[in-house]
Amino acid sequence: MIFPETWWGFLLSYLTAFAGGGLLCAGAQLLIVKTNLTPARILVIFLITGIFLQTVGAYEPINSVFGAGISVPIVGFGAALAKGAITYAEQYGILGAFAGGLIQTAFGIGAAVVASYIVTLIFNAKAK
Amino acid sequence: MSEEWKSEGVIRRNDRYSKYVKAITPRTGMFTSMMKAFAIGGLTCLIGEGIGDIISLSFPDLSTDMVGAYTSMILVTVAILFTGLGFYDVIARHGGAGSFLPITGFANAMSSAALEFKSEGLIFGTSSKLFNVVGPVVVNGVVWSTLAGIIRYLIMLFTV
Repeated sequence: MIFPETWWGFLLSYLTAFAGGGLLCAGAQLLIVKTNLTPARILVIFLITGIFLQTVGAYEPINSVFGAGISVPIVGFGAALAKGAITYAEQYGILGAFAGGLIQTAFGIGAAVVASYIVTLIFNAKAK
Repeated sequence: MSEEWKSEGVIRRNDRYSKYVKAITPRTGMFTSMMKAFAIGGLTCLIGEGIGDIISLSFPDLSTDMVGAYTSMILVTVAILFTGLGFYDVIARHGGAGSFLPITGFANAMSSAALEFKSEGLIFGTSSKLFNVVGPVVVNGVVWSTLAGIIRYLIMLFTV
């Protein structure tokens, strides 16, 4: 949030979240249309971008402006991985770098694995 | 059956087929697909912002990291439920990058692989194919973030 404590700052944070997330996705769509990159490759490119931004310390300032607009796309996932790896490396030494990323993102990945398993037990694949 | 007749027939058939494919492929302009990706991706992030605000207003003591973690847990669970119910396919058909770039797309890719291979059993189907699509993201994420942690650790070591 750029201007917390005010009602228009609150509304602005939703506008920046919408615009930021929308622009990222439109950019990814442009990559699909203009290049032969597959969605998996584009995901990895955006993920590594997030890791890079976090490593050089540029992610936090961007995140404070765009909020969920950058943390909900896969860029935010990469940034969370890098943040965990960096914090654990600083706390536990070089071996912490191997665990930190997974620990930081474990809430989301754990929920995804468990929910996928439960949904698979309940539903069947829809005919395409 | 002579070779000439065969190749001519094949050429004619291929021609007819490519015309047919062109006719049934939906023609969406680049601009339209980008606008749709913008709208759906932006909306997903807007909902994420709303969920985060509700969590941080309800639990003021939570750290920013934990608010983010709970928000992604909710988004992921809802996206997987939508995948099971078949709603997410409708979103993905229109959203393009707007539906796979957010964390909801990650969840959708995981659960649709799990559902698709259910027929091969829970162990060799669902369990082994769960990371079939999202594997590259997890593997690259772990490898590159580990490197990031090591680099930042070395920088800290030599600057302090």
